[in-house]
Amino acid sequence: MKPAPFRYHAPATLDEAIGLLDTLEDARVLAGGQSLMPMLNFRIVQPAHIVDINRVQGLSYIRREGEVLEVGAMTRQRDLEFSDVVAEAFPLLHEAVRLVGHRQTRNRGTLGGSLCQLDPSAELVTVAAAVDATIVVASKAGTREIPFADFPLGLMSPAIEANELVVSVRFPLWKRGHGFAFEEFARRHGDFAVASAAVLLEMEHGRVERGSVVVGGLDSRPQRPKVGLHGRQSSTALFDEVAAACDGLEAMSDSHVDAGYRKRVARAMVRRALERARGRVATD
Amino acid sequence: MEESRPISVEVNGIAFRREVSVRMTLADFLRHDLMLTGTHVGCEHGVCGACTVLVNGRSARSCLMLAVQADGESVTTIEGIAPSPTTLHPLQQALKDHHGLQCGFCTSGMVTTLIEFLRDCPKPTERDVRVAISGNLCRCTGYQGIIDAVLRVTSTKDE
Repeated sequence: MKPAPFRYHAPATLDEAIGLLDTLEDARVLAGGQSLMPMLNFRIVQPAHIVDINRVQGLSYIRREGEVLEVGAMTRQRDLEFSDVVAEAFPLLHEAVRLVGHRQTRNRGTLGGSLCQLDPSAELVTVAAAVDATIVVASKAGTREIPFADFPLGLMSPAIEANELVVSVRFPLWKRGHGFAFEEFARRHGDFAVASAAVLLEMEHGRVERGSVVVGGLDSRPQRPKVGLHGRQSSTALFDEVAAACDGLEAMSDSHVDAGYRKRVARAMVRRALERARGRVATD
Repeated sequence: MEESRPISVEVNGIAFRREVSVRMTLADFLRHDLMLTGTHVGCEHGVCGACTVLVNGRSARSCLMLAVQADGESVTTIEGIAPSPTTLHPLQQALKDHHGLQCGFCTSGMVTTLIEFLRDCPKPTERDVRVAISGNLCRCTGYQGIIDAVLRVTSTKDE
């Protein structure tokens, strides 16, 4: 038996789940379990209570409402990967989710779980930052919305209280025909990326109408290279400038990868993602 | 205090009812309670893929699921893959023919992973196969024999 003893709760409704989180001391929410279960097995965490939300009804859906894609927190990564709605409306997410772990982990792993885990190299975190997603959180007090920019408080620490549960994520959609690309470099396929980049581009007559560049994996939260894209002519010089701006970002060192190398990889990922995104902008 | 719960789970087509500790993983339940030791436990933190089983037809790492979470679900382990005790599944036969295993520790996870993969992607390229088994560690074969076996089993014409 690997995990330390805990009390197990499997609520069937959202009200029940929120009620449990409101009253229990030292509870952890178990979503897809692809991060929490290893931590339990290692006994890195030993919560008194596990609130398993896998049987809560109504938390798994993918819904397009106008220019917003709303996804339930318990939607499995696999369901994002195989969703026609996601592929058509939000191709950046479609491209990125295929790089999340492996098929076996995507079958269980959830959108909400990955965002709350907030691993620095998590693809879904980088994508959520790139489109300024909104996190919808429920508690006894009702629901509140958190702009993604305010969601990461620090390393793997989301801005949610112990009595709150993430219920859905709203992704604002970009114009039809926009360019997009997700690039990452990992030492092995499916491993935690050294650095990643998400790029979205809308262009008009060779100029960037709207652009978003986010770098993941460098530090505790996704970061944007500080170069304004709006109104600039898309060119090799511009892309070089954006890539070079990765040098100004915060980066962590660990036993495998030092901060300098991480930034160099980030430069390359940004450069590649910009090129690929530009190539995908629909011209009419 | 140790908490336990009753669960009903179908494993390889057979319905089981058991009382399980809530902190027992599905992998330990299969091995210790049902004595289905074909599911191998390697790293116990979701890296090696050896404990992969199919839950309602979808591959999952049984070390990253609690046994109580399998309540009401249908699980297929390596013991449920071959059509009979004397006949191998075509994928198992191909692994045998192409030196797709040596010690066999990773094989049950490879087979369960690949069965789901080939259902999703019946005509894979070599690269597709490499990506598909990237979550399963093998220390014997260097993977080439496994890839050869999969490509053989999916190719329409024999040489």
